[in-house]
Amino acid sequence: MKNIYTRVFRGGNGLASFVAVALLLLVVLPCSLDIFRLNLLGKYLTYAFVAVGLVMLWGKAGVLSLGQGVFFGLGGYCMAMFLKLEASDPVSTKIQSTPGIPDFMDWNQLTHLPAFWIPFKSLSFSLCAVILLPTLVAFIIGMAMFKRRVGGVYFAVITQALALILSMGIDSRQGYTGGRNGITDLKTLCGWDIRTHHAQYILYFVTCALLLGAILFSQWLLSGKVGKMLLAIRDREDRVRFSGYDVSMFKVAAFCFAAALSGIGGALFVLQVGFISPSLVGIVPSIEMVIFAAVGGRASLYGAVYGTLLVNTGKSLFSENFPQLWLFAMGGLFIGVVVLFPDGLAGLCDLARKKTGLAIKKLRAGSSSITAPEIAQTIVKGEES
Amino acid sequence: MNSNNSFLLSIEDLTVSFDGFKAVDALNLFIEKDELRVIIGPNGAGKTTVLDMICGKTQPTTGSIKFKNSELVGLPEHQIVRRGVGRKFQTPSIYENLTVFENLEVSYPKGHSVMGCVAFRRTKEVVDRIHEMAEEISLQDYPDIEGAFLSHGQKQWLEIGMLLMQEPELIMLDEPVAGMSPAEREQTAALIQRICKGRCIIVIDHDMEFVSRIAHKVTVLHLGKILAEGSMEEIQRNPKVIDVYLGH
Repeated sequence: MKNIYTRVFRGGNGLASFVAVALLLLVVLPCSLDIFRLNLLGKYLTYAFVAVGLVMLWGKAGVLSLGQGVFFGLGGYCMAMFLKLEASDPVSTKIQSTPGIPDFMDWNQLTHLPAFWIPFKSLSFSLCAVILLPTLVAFIIGMAMFKRRVGGVYFAVITQALALILSMGIDSRQGYTGGRNGITDLKTLCGWDIRTHHAQYILYFVTCALLLGAILFSQWLLSGKVGKMLLAIRDREDRVRFSGYDVSMFKVAAFCFAAALSGIGGALFVLQVGFISPSLVGIVPSIEMVIFAAVGGRASLYGAVYGTLLVNTGKSLFSENFPQLWLFAMGGLFIGVVVLFPDGLAGLCDLARKKTGLAIKKLRAGSSSITAPEIAQTIVKGEES
Repeated sequence: MNSNNSFLLSIEDLTVSFDGFKAVDALNLFIEKDELRVIIGPNGAGKTTVLDMICGKTQPTTGSIKFKNSELVGLPEHQIVRRGVGRKFQTPSIYENLTVFENLEVSYPKGHSVMGCVAFRRTKEVVDRIHEMAEEISLQDYPDIEGAFLSHGQKQWLEIGMLLMQEPELIMLDEPVAGMSPAEREQTAALIQRICKGRCIIVIDHDMEFVSRIAHKVTVLHLGKILAEGSMEEIQRNPKVIDVYLGH
């Protein structure tokens, strides 16, 4: 138990960062926002799952995926299919020509439920699918790509194509997927009305709890050998290979983990927002999610949460006032972060912490100027002598 | 091709051509256990390419590489490593963002799979082995220094230490003393002689003084072929070698 504690909260700011995020999400924001804004925030937090996954995949393992919307969407659709079937009971759909099937199927002249929808009548199946389906898809793509040493830009482009394929595929098979409108009018989860304020509060806290859990679990993974391996692969892939590791499997695993987190995020999105559509699966949302992680600091798990909240809050404020300028602002933000602060908010925080730390040291030592490399050198020299 | 023999490493008829250019041409090379072989030769002779083929980085066009009488050609790199082949690259190739301790820990030959890594624990056995190795490569005083802060020579030693962690039976060192001070060369030569016992080592180097200190046998490569093979004295007297490589 103690071992787990030190692994998860190790490092000077481990516990402090966690408490700060937890306080913000669980106390400060619920107390200061009305339910409309809080529900909006809950929606943003579901994107944070994707951002946390990207921190593991991109920040730590160095693999950039521009198609995380695919996994967010898959998780979301799995959840939405269950909810839609529950909302389409024969009584409430009795005016349809085929009662008991989702309304969009009826509009598309389907007369029975397609076979792949049937398992989604079960909640436990649907919940498993939320995690396992994105993981499986990621596994197949990962094996196909990483075993052939496809990486870098090529991998990013392929994942982007995947996002396009999935969103177009959903779009074009209206009778089976709800098409461009998506799956809408989701009402209850096992009889529990998810549209009430009360339910929205509960779902918000469930989202927060799962997100914090995902961060702690990721932190636990990173604190062990896995974290070192990911870092080693990012920096010196060849060396890792010649130390006897199958590098591709580590990338596949990181991709699957990121996909599973995205799937959970997608399911929680559907529960809080009450619909899912292909516009949440495609290229633009996939890239936006990368921006969230980049702004927060692509190597920082906590940064991913702040980045997501900040960019989305900015988006809703900005687009309320200057809707046509938002995309430009977003692009500018991404370029700005990559060029000026490659480590994002987390990097700025580290810098500030180092600066204040140095200032304190200066005051104590009374010396005039110390820079970070000098300190590192003094440490090395000190140990040498 | 299928000859079984007592050599630890036997390379037979090894050829690789890049777009028709034969970088290594019908090479035969046999190395015994406990042997320290140095490969020398002018630039472009194919020295590094031979090492690349042994460790699986480059696929040969034809030929066979047998290690402990089993074929290495066609195996993925990590499998070759797990069979006991270690490779040090020309430029120091260590993890700059990990500490000396962590660099060695990552090279510890347990927990190679993803789940193995998740379950990996830093047991006393692991820690002891790492400290032992740090001592061997003269880095015992800097376990917590990040790789990036080490001197060039220390990085080279660390990489040799990372190889040794895997307890390989064949070690390949590509220019291990390049860029080292004379004192560091001394130490490296002593280190290589120490670790030679119970395994075989292939070294590529240009520094003749260093080569003559460590080599049991020297192979001279030229244009992808063996020009001469023998003891250092024989090589230095060989007129062909003097002509193409050592100079007047």
